[in-house]
Amino acid sequence: MTATLTAPIDVDRRGGAAVEFRSVVKDFSGHRALDGVSLSLRPGELVAVLGPSGCGKTTALRGLAGLESVTSGSITIDGDDVVGVPTHRRDVGMVFQAYSLFTHLTVLQNVEFGLRMRRVGRTERTSRARSMLELVGLGDLGERYAHQLSGGQQQRVALARALVTRPRVLLLDEPLSALDAKVRVHLRDEIRRIQRELAITTMFVTHDQEEALAVADRVAVMKAGSIEQIGTPEELYREPSSAFVAEFVGTSNRVRAEVVDGRVRLPGCREIEAVGSPADGAVWAWVRPEDVVFTDDPHAIAGIVETVSFRGAVSRTTVRTDPGTVLTLDHRPEVGRPIGAEVLVSFVPAAVAVTPV
Amino acid sequence: MAAVTGVDVATRASSGRAPSAGGPAGRASTTARRVALGVVGLVFAVPIAAMVAFSLRSADGSGHDLNHWLAIVDPENERAYRNLVEGVTNSLVLAVVAALLVLALLVPAMVLVHLRYPRLARPLELVCLVPITVPAIVLVVGLAPVYSVVTRIAGSGAWTLALAYGITVLPYAYRAVQSDLAGTDLRTLTEAARTLGAGWAHIAVSVVVPTLRRGLLAAAFITVAVVLGEFTIASLLNRVTLQTALVQVSRSDPYAAVIFALLALGFAFVLLVVIGRVGTRGPGSSPAVSAGAPPPAGAAAPAAPAAFAAPAPPAPPARKARS
Repeated sequence: MTATLTAPIDVDRRGGAAVEFRSVVKDFSGHRALDGVSLSLRPGELVAVLGPSGCGKTTALRGLAGLESVTSGSITIDGDDVVGVPTHRRDVGMVFQAYSLFTHLTVLQNVEFGLRMRRVGRTERTSRARSMLELVGLGDLGERYAHQLSGGQQQRVALARALVTRPRVLLLDEPLSALDAKVRVHLRDEIRRIQRELAITTMFVTHDQEEALAVADRVAVMKAGSIEQIGTPEELYREPSSAFVAEFVGTSNRVRAEVVDGRVRLPGCREIEAVGSPADGAVWAWVRPEDVVFTDDPHAIAGIVETVSFRGAVSRTTVRTDPGTVLTLDHRPEVGRPIGAEVLVSFVPAAVAVTPV
Repeated sequence: MAAVTGVDVATRASSGRAPSAGGPAGRASTTARRVALGVVGLVFAVPIAAMVAFSLRSADGSGHDLNHWLAIVDPENERAYRNLVEGVTNSLVLAVVAALLVLALLVPAMVLVHLRYPRLARPLELVCLVPITVPAIVLVVGLAPVYSVVTRIAGSGAWTLALAYGITVLPYAYRAVQSDLAGTDLRTLTEAARTLGAGWAHIAVSVVVPTLRRGLLAAAFITVAVVLGEFTIASLLNRVTLQTALVQVSRSDPYAAVIFALLALGFAFVLLVVIGRVGTRGPGSSPAVSAGAPPPAGAAAPAAPAAFAAPAPPAPPARKARS
């Protein structure tokens, strides 16, 4: 298996490879960073790995890159087990969180670096590097050095450098976290566009759930070295499988409820369909802020407005209810209530995710 | 392939000039800086000027001429200065060998510790800084039996002193390289190179050396400067170097000793200027980095000039060589 990877790397390849983690374990002197991670990436798919700091997401990415060894388990790229294969033989491209351009080389020379390693001729090398710089929108900055570029530009160059060799897998290790908000949003959309254009299998590690939901075909949520849930962004948002996912992905209101005959009884609200097939009994229901509304229904939940924050298209209001819990509502700014107002709120989701109490 | 219309395409201004530089505070600080520079400059300039004046003094003391300088290059005096020429040659050989030793042994160890064994960084720093705390005379006491073995194995050539000098320059070379290592994310750069298909040998040549260029040059130049100024070890181990030869020639010709001391001082000055230039003007050096570039040079700058400034005129040169 390994021997096939030592053959000259095909720089003309387009499209991505299938990647599979099987029961991967990684121990760091007494600490288990990866605890039996199993994850599949389909060819051409962008999978975001999302989780809090220390959950093992970067370790998993570095394991695939070969920058960390794994204690047990296997990692395959197109069926080839790459565990034990040196990084420079794995044919992966990687963009790091820290700016990683070689400061003694120009932008063009940076992008050419991987092609030089593969002994691509000068003419073709320069042509490809320039094309890739065009793709990331920096075609006219080839002669500059890293210190003459902004952070966003440096990460674009790093992306071009990672892609120019047409690697089997693209690895993105929080590449946007050092950038300011506006550049971050713009560049993440560009990454998605380029990834789709090249149809390259991509693993995108981030702790920013909005970023993950925005760019990924599927999102894998990690917790304490394990994959907690994997699914499309919509599935994760609407059907969280655990309290951790519900709380980590987006904002949720946790409400005590009861399941009766597969339907959820929420306080001050009609019965609502449950996501999945929960057993009858007491549960936590997870209701998104946009599914909580102000109402005039006297049977609704009474509370007092605590905070109001304007967020442009919507406002976010928190209401302290009689039982002492705080509910978060997202609503159009014009229907908002002032701080201190007594209000009635109700839940209006089509279906609600529940987890055991 | 569509082009990106980036929101971040605008290039940063790279002025780096403080906006208040032209204001009253700026003027005050400029004046203070000039005064400080002037005072410090006088401290250095007065003895150097005295050395120059002494070297230009005519033989009968009635005026000034270039006779002593011309005597240095006069073929008739070749025999008188033969020992000095041998000392200069030996010192240059020693400087080169010591610099190569430092670059070949210290730098790979530092890079390895930085990348793979960061827990060893403190012990390595301690080991490298220890020589600065050991007086040269004590060092020689320890080195003498070692050199009796070295002499049996490798002969008594002056170049063997480079082994001892390699130890004495460790603190300066370490600081020069370490300041560059600390200011660079070498780990990420090497990892990036590995994902791009580079093996370790190629990474060392194409990434590590160019990235640490300023630190390596500073370490090499500082090594040269320290070696050229060293006296005690060479004297006690009976080797002929520039400093020991200066002491010897000063007994018969103090003018020649002062002239050679001036030349050595000039050489050290040029070395330090080269460190600064190479460190700040190389490809890819950012203005921000340039501003901070002197640490390697600055770290050892006091040591290098001091090594040469020691033979101050017109006092008896024999007592001026620094240990």
